[in-house]
Order: sequence, then C-alpha cells, then structure tokens
Amino acid sequence: MTSLGIAQIALFYVLILVCVKPLGAYMATVFEGKRTFLHPALRWLEVLTYKVMGVKPDVEQRWTQYTASLISFSIFGFLIVYLLERAQAYLPFNPQNFGTPNVTPDLAFNTAASFITNTNWQSYSGESTFSYLVQMAGLTVQNFASAAAGIAIAIAVVRGFARQEQRTIGNFWADVTRATVYVLLPLSIISALFLCSQGVIQNLKPYTTVTTVEGAKQTIAQGPVASQEAIKELGTNGGGFFNANSSHPFENPTPLTNMFQMFLIFLIPGALTYTFGRMVGDTRQGWAIFAAFSVMFLIGVFVCYGFEQAGNPILGKLGIQTASTAGQAGGNMEGKEVRFGIANSALFTTVTTDASCGAVNNAHDSLTPIAGLVPMFNIMTGEVIFGGVGAGLYGILLYCIVAVFIAGLMVGRTPEYLGKKIEQKEVKMAMLAIIATAVSILVFSGITSVIPFAKNGYWNAPGAAIANLTNNGPHGFSEILYAYVSATGNNGSAFAGLSANTPWYNLTLGIAMLMGRFLFLIPLLAAAGSLAAKKKIPVTSGTFPTHGPLFVGLLVGTVLIVGALTFFPALSLGPIVEHYLMQSGRIWS
Amino acid sequence: MWQQILPGLRLKVFMTVLLGVIYPLAITGICQVLFPYKANGSLIESGGKAIGSELIGQNFAKPWYFQPRPSAAGNDGYDATASTGSNFGPTNQNLIKRVQTSIEKFRKENPDYTGSLPADLLTASGSGLDPHISPASALAQAPRVAKARGIGMDEANRLISRFAEKPDLGILGEPRVNVLLLNLALDREYGGR
Repeated sequence: MTSLGIAQIALFYVLILVCVKPLGAYMATVFEGKRTFLHPALRWLEVLTYKVMGVKPDVEQRWTQYTASLISFSIFGFLIVYLLERAQAYLPFNPQNFGTPNVTPDLAFNTAASFITNTNWQSYSGESTFSYLVQMAGLTVQNFASAAAGIAIAIAVVRGFARQEQRTIGNFWADVTRATVYVLLPLSIISALFLCSQGVIQNLKPYTTVTTVEGAKQTIAQGPVASQEAIKELGTNGGGFFNANSSHPFENPTPLTNMFQMFLIFLIPGALTYTFGRMVGDTRQGWAIFAAFSVMFLIGVFVCYGFEQAGNPILGKLGIQTASTAGQAGGNMEGKEVRFGIANSALFTTVTTDASCGAVNNAHDSLTPIAGLVPMFNIMTGEVIFGGVGAGLYGILLYCIVAVFIAGLMVGRTPEYLGKKIEQKEVKMAMLAIIATAVSILVFSGITSVIPFAKNGYWNAPGAAIANLTNNGPHGFSEILYAYVSATGNNGSAFAGLSANTPWYNLTLGIAMLMGRFLFLIPLLAAAGSLAAKKKIPVTSGTFPTHGPLFVGLLVGTVLIVGALTFFPALSLGPIVEHYLMQSGRIWS
Repeated sequence: MWQQILPGLRLKVFMTVLLGVIYPLAITGICQVLFPYKANGSLIESGGKAIGSELIGQNFAKPWYFQPRPSAAGNDGYDATASTGSNFGPTNQNLIKRVQTSIEKFRKENPDYTGSLPADLLTASGSGLDPHISPASALAQAPRVAKARGIGMDEANRLISRFAEKPDLGILGEPRVNVLLLNLALDREYGGR
C-alpha cells in the first residue's frame, strides 16, 4: 500500500462524512412532506405527478397496501422494459440497427428483472445489443424508479419505528415521487453535466469509424452515456452503458470522475442514516449505524487493497514487477486501468459491493483470490454496508432487530429497539428475509455447479452449466457463486468470465434477483407494519442503549457472524482454497 | 385494490416520458452546446479526418511507436465496439501463458532495455481500451523507439516526461502517459513514417 493510495481512501471517506448531515437532514424534510429550498423550483413537478397518477399524497397506506403499490410499480416497470427491448428494431433512436434476434425472450426477462430490482446485472454487452432508446427509456428510467422505490421502502420501515399505535406507514406514491423529484433528479442533472464536462460522452450519433495512426479501422461506440452514468452511481444501480462499465474510458475517463462516481455511490446510503436518526427523534441512533457501516467498509477496503497490491506471485516469478515504484503501480494490474492503479480499483471494488451498486472500474474476475473474496462477502452480508439507496438502511435495520434479539437472549430480557418491543413476529420476519436470500444463493450455485445439459440444446448451448466458465478449478466455482450472490444481493457486478447469456443462467439469475429483492423487503414491510402499531416503551435503566460503541460492536458482529456462518463453506471452496493454491504456484488449464 | 395498482401504470408511463426521453435529450442538448468536444468522444483530427479518440486506446505495433498494453477487446485488441477485460483469474493457465509470450516478445523487441517489467505493461486492462501506460512502461520502450527513429535517448525521454500526466489535483489516480498523444507528438517532431 502506498501513502498516496491511503490518502485517497481517507479523502473519499471524509467527502462522504461531511455530506451525511446536510443531505440526511434535507431528505428527512422531504419525506416529512415539508417545504425545502427546492420547492419553488420543483413543487410543480411533484403536483403534476400526483395529478397524472390520480392519487392523494396525504392518504396513508397500511403495509399491505404499501406493498401492493410497490409491486404494481415494479410489474409495470418490468413490462415496459421487456416490450421496449423486444421491439427495439421497430423503434426510433437505433442508429446501429440492433435487431430483435439480439434480445431473446430470456435475455429480455433477465434484463427487465435486473433493472426493476436495482440489480443491473448484465448478461448482455451494451454497445452491441441495445438501441439508445432502450438504454434511455428502458434502462435509465428503471435506474431512477428502482432507486426511488428503495428509498421509499426504507422511509416506510423507519416510520414503523418512529410511529406508535398507528396502522399506516406512509403513502408509497408520495414517497416515490418525492424521492425522484427532490433527490434523484436534481442530483442527476448536476452530476451528468459534470461528468460530461470531464469527458463522458453524451450524444445520439451512430458509431464513429476512424482510421488509426497505423492505418487500421477502429469503430468507436457512442451514445447518451452521461445522463445514464449519473443515476447509475447515484441510485446505486450499476448497469453500465458499455460492457466494461466504469472501466470504459467513455464512462469513467479520469481519476477525478472515478472519485466522483464513488462519492455518488455512497452519498445517499450514507446520508440516509442521518435521515433515519432525525425521523426517529434521536440522531445518535443514525450515527451508530453510520459507525457500523464505516467499520465494515474500512476493513474491506484495506483487505482488498493489501492483497491487490501484493499482486500475483505466479506473475511475479515470471519477472513482472509487483512492488510499487515511482513510475508504475505494481501489484495485480490484470483487469485494471493505468489511470486508476491499484488503490482506486480496490476502493471502487469495495464501495460498489458495499453499496449494492455493481458498477465496476476493474475486472473483478481478475482480482487475486482474497481481494475477490471481499466483494463477494460484502454482498453476502445482504448489502448492509452502506448498501443500496434505501436497501442498505432497511437491510441494516433488519440486522438491528436480530442484534437486539441476540442481546435479549443473552440477558434474558424482552429485546427492544428504539422503544419498540421486538417480539416473535418481527424476529420471524427478519429471519425469513435472511434465510430466503441464503437459500437463493446456495441452492442456485449448488445446482449450477453440477447440472448437465445437452450440448447445443435450448437451455445451455455450451453444454453443462460449468461449460460457460472462463476459469477452471476453484476460480471457476467462484464465478458461479459470485453470479448468484450478485443477483440475489441485487448488486449486479460479476466475475464476468461466466458467459451468462443462455436461458438457464438468464432465468435462474432473474429469479434470484426477484427473490433477493422481494422476499427480503416484503417481510420487512410486514415487520414495519406491526412495529408502527406498537406503543413506545419509556427508556429505563434496564434499557440496552443502541447508540453506543457496545451496540455498534454487537451489530457489526451480528452481520459478520451471520454472513460467515452461512457462507464460509462455499467461500472456502472458492477464493480461500484458491489463495493457498496460488501461493504454491498451482495453475489450472 | 385497483386504487393501489393503477397509479403504477400511470406513473411508469409518466416517468418513461420524463426521465427516459426528456431528461436524456435535454442533457444531450446542453452538453452538445457546452462541451461539444467531450460529448462527442474527444475525437482527434488530423488533416480533417478523425484518427482516434484521446480517451480510447488504439493498436500500435510498429517499432517506432510506443505500444499500448495488451487488450482483450475484440479479436485484434482495442475494438471500441467490444469493450472487455480478459477475465482471466490469477491461477488461469491462459493468463500465465499469455504473459509469458508477451514477455518473450517484449524482450526480443527491446533488447536494449534490461530493467524489470512494469506491472501494467504486459497485463490487459479491464476495458480493453486503456489509452494509457505507466511512465515506467514508456521509459522501458524508449531505447527501441529512439533507435528505430534514429533519435537520441535523451530526446525520447524528454518527450515522455513532457507527456507524463501527474495524478489529478495532485492526489487522485496514478501517473500515466497517453500512448496516442505521445505517438502523435513523435510524428509531429520527428516526422511520420
């Protein structure tokens, strides 16, 4: 690790830290329906949206109605994306004439499921598959919508803790509209313009063919990238306009845009902790969660950075320099860009998998084994280290329920969190969410590792499901495991050596995304509904304080132990065994 | 129940128009006015014709040019319609073989350079379109380029240090050299081939 690298990580963390309070307080005001400084400019748009929908924003919903609205919102999003994809050949903004054969029904299903769940897993390669219309009206829109829905759900869950003896948890349509109009849209406009000013492209032209200096032809992909790039990071979506995502120079041209993109990824998840504290009437509660996020983030980033800087000893033996010097970065540069080097690649990898973003600025598949374990484990925690916009907050609140439950068991008291008794129903719902995601990951990975298919058959033309791998041995298993972890965790990054554009992978990964999103958040909304109906208990000397270091430690411990207990066997078959084999110089054909 | 469901359709259609058409087209319009060069891909022209993008790497194989990193994009590398990394894991035999072959080729083409091999020079980037190499990787190729062009080593080194970019704002990212810009400068100063 270099001092410049550590300084950049520190700078990034400070940038996030200083934005927590101002943005968090602003969002609390927005979701309480109060007037903000942006109302003179944007209130008309909010009102217009309600009119179009025909809803009254102040009519509150019970958790079941809130959930029904969310599901309706998601289903219509799914249908629109699916139809746009399948019909792209007949629609405008398609200068490259991408046809429908590119987009099979299973790919269209996978992509639609991916973008409505805020996963943005990509079985396709953007620059050779989708028209500009699909990218804009299909994918960019879902980037906003799935992010706004995530924020809405988080706010609803927070209301469950903040209220007492009420049957409702807010209005879904109002929450989604406010998240879009007052938070996502203004920040996206500013960010898109800034990114374009630094070199991210934004045009509707056909691809440009140039004659290179040595006389060869090079065709350069174009497109409306900046407008999608901004919300891709801000909404922790992560679906790249191009196949190479944020390592592509047109998506992420400079180290400055790179830092800016990472900042956008953590901005809202970080600030929502303050919004939470504000809404439950005790900002210390929010800071405790922010502290837990920070501890887990910093552990991950330095483990990843350390192992990447150490590099690949097998290449070291061949004579490739692995130590950093003044004129070159050293470390493991396979899959990385020179402008980002080791530190910014390791930081981006950790940030994008802590938050359920899934944008990548380096090839995760080429990470050294333990550095590759870090993003995998980050997602396995359920994306609760900052997490996706909204999803991180409601995810960590679920772990708070589990943590106080465990603490309650240890001292033999009924657990409480924020003055609410945590009883059978809440704990059951929390466990249901954790188990549903673990089942999705482990069962799908297990089946895929062994399932045979006929070669050139419908389900998986290459043959058995493991024929789609680029790497063999433990790293091949890591590719499969990472895919289902990423889909279930709604992350979307990949060990991209896995060729996932076949009906088997498209369908199973799509189902994993839907399970990971909806089987996680529906139990949580149910818990929120039941919590909102409860009375608050006054704080006594026997109350376990949930704002101090003891609780932060307990929460971090709970997240890490639940993740480790569930996934250690799978991880030991993949990255852990590969690490030791790499040290001994073993390679796989 | 319809009350909870129908707004979903209306809102999604409204969002598709607002965020899927108006927002990206408005950003496109503004960017085309404010940042036309960047918005259209930072294309470099020579004699009225585009010869590449400042941001996108391209193949150089001739000995009198600095060469970029290996690329996994497309069949011949640097295919800017097929961005990708190799996706080889650290224990993949294909990775080890490819690096071995690159090392042999590099040593053969650069007999006058005997120093160690910079980490970026013989590894493939994540995008396959990396426009940069590290300053050390440029210096490693300087003896070959100087010889092929019949110029002095100090000339070549001077040009490299002129094109070596420092980290952004003094702290962000890594020092780097843009291969295309460096080679264009070579042609400008010492004549094209």
